[in-house]
Amino acid sequence: MEILSYIVYLCASVLFILGIKKLGSPKTARKGNFLSSLGMLIAIVITLFDKHILSYEYIIVGLLTGSVIGVVFALKVPMTGMPQMVGLLNGFGGGASVLVALAEYYKFLNDNSLNITSTISIVISVFIGAVTFTGSLVAFGKLQGIVTGKVVKYPLQHPLNLLLIVSVLAGGVYFTLNSGMPELIIAIAAVSLLLGVFLVLPIGGADMPVAVSLLNSYSGLAASATGFVINNNMLIIAGALVGASGIILTLIMCKGMNRSLMNVVLGGWADAGSSSSGVGQSSIKGEVKSVDAEEAAMLFDAASNVVIVPGYGMAVAQAQHAIRDLMNVLEGRNINVRFAIHPVAGRMPGHMNVLLAEANVPYDKLYALEDINDDFNNVDIVLVIGANDVVNPAARHDKNSPIFGMPILNVDYAKTVIINKRSMNPGYAGIENELFYGNNSLMYFGDAKEAVAKLVQEIKTL
Amino acid sequence: MTEIIQLLMQIYVFVLAVFVGFELITKVPPTLHTPLMSGSNAISGITVIGALISAGLEEFTVTTILGMIALIFAQINVVGGFLVTDRMLKMFKNK
Repeated sequence: MEILSYIVYLCASVLFILGIKKLGSPKTARKGNFLSSLGMLIAIVITLFDKHILSYEYIIVGLLTGSVIGVVFALKVPMTGMPQMVGLLNGFGGGASVLVALAEYYKFLNDNSLNITSTISIVISVFIGAVTFTGSLVAFGKLQGIVTGKVVKYPLQHPLNLLLIVSVLAGGVYFTLNSGMPELIIAIAAVSLLLGVFLVLPIGGADMPVAVSLLNSYSGLAASATGFVINNNMLIIAGALVGASGIILTLIMCKGMNRSLMNVVLGGWADAGSSSSGVGQSSIKGEVKSVDAEEAAMLFDAASNVVIVPGYGMAVAQAQHAIRDLMNVLEGRNINVRFAIHPVAGRMPGHMNVLLAEANVPYDKLYALEDINDDFNNVDIVLVIGANDVVNPAARHDKNSPIFGMPILNVDYAKTVIINKRSMNPGYAGIENELFYGNNSLMYFGDAKEAVAKLVQEIKTL
Repeated sequence: MTEIIQLLMQIYVFVLAVFVGFELITKVPPTLHTPLMSGSNAISGITVIGALISAGLEEFTVTTILGMIALIFAQINVVGGFLVTDRMLKMFKNK
């Protein structure tokens, strides 16, 4: 039986790898997700026959409770709530790692079978799992609006975090040498939980794509660490795959903002933004021209090549369905419509893509920054909806701008840029956007959903 | 000594799996980044295996109770993660 379970674990590991591989294309992605879940299922089933498992009451209670909650979560969450859902699920994974490591510790303690390698694994598993758990809960709170989405500053932020990290490290080393002290591992868990809160609390809303990706990576590493604790290679492999995935997404997000990981984690951008915004304001020349729905409709009617740039504002206003209607009415008039998606648009990697998919926009109309940026010269109208910093031309040329060097969508190269915004308020980085003052720019004020719907009505009357 | 060798073998597996992960994930297009995250998230619920073994010990101890809570957490992660990913992937359509 033991041999069989090792073979099944190997099959499950292969299914996870194949599953992630098939996520490489939208055509096979659903099948890939199915393969991964199949891997999980066979792993769970064979484990139920493990010789260590002698009583099933708690297992049945646990499996059923968890499954029911999971199903409810998955079916209830609206697509706009996906970033916080991912954050929350991440947290549960991290929490499970802490608890399994502690459970194993008490078992080893009872059997008097603790050795140095299992102790080290337990400390690492508790530490990463706990940081993931509370960090993800804070991220969930921020995305859900329970905790402020702003950059939170507290006194002695960096020294405090450093102190917590050092105390976990020192505690971990001491515990490795004196593993018979349950209070110590509980204390390590408590400090790690606190650290998770303090690390994520300062991160502002627009930096959430980085935070969510990083926590995703931690949850994988926590699972891997648990694999070291219970001596199971399948957990190590699955956790490592997820850890790698989270790290790659984190790096892509950081590159999308032209910032280092340290800079994001320490909340550096907000500093730069507030200190130089005054400079930014005075240096912008030109006037703001605005346009109403009727005039905008006439411009669209005369265009043949349109690009829509969505941002977090589209998600907030839930404007994706109205935007789909706009796409349909324009295509009905033989106007080419494409979407340009900045890597950090929204609150998590791929956020805009999911919302547009929900609204039935085919994914082959969605273009990544590097695939569309050279083509803006040939575009008649760019419609910017709820995006700001990712289309600010200052990132290309203004060395004093806090976002200088960040890759942006070159929407200002198009013949006309229509920007839908509620007001002239600056974006997340707190900087003025010179795009709004451009000669070819027109502001179209209003709530994204209403404004786009009105535009659709006007185009239909033409 | 045997523990150290066992640990090293596990580190082998870990390092190789990280490389496989890097290779696979760099090929995932940006359009699928959210499902990639929620799907890989569900895979990280693999901790459920550890939770099962802890929760299934014969007598009722701290280990079984911790194991059961861990099992609930991990199972939420697994079931919620895979289902929500499937819900999203169902929506991705080509013309």
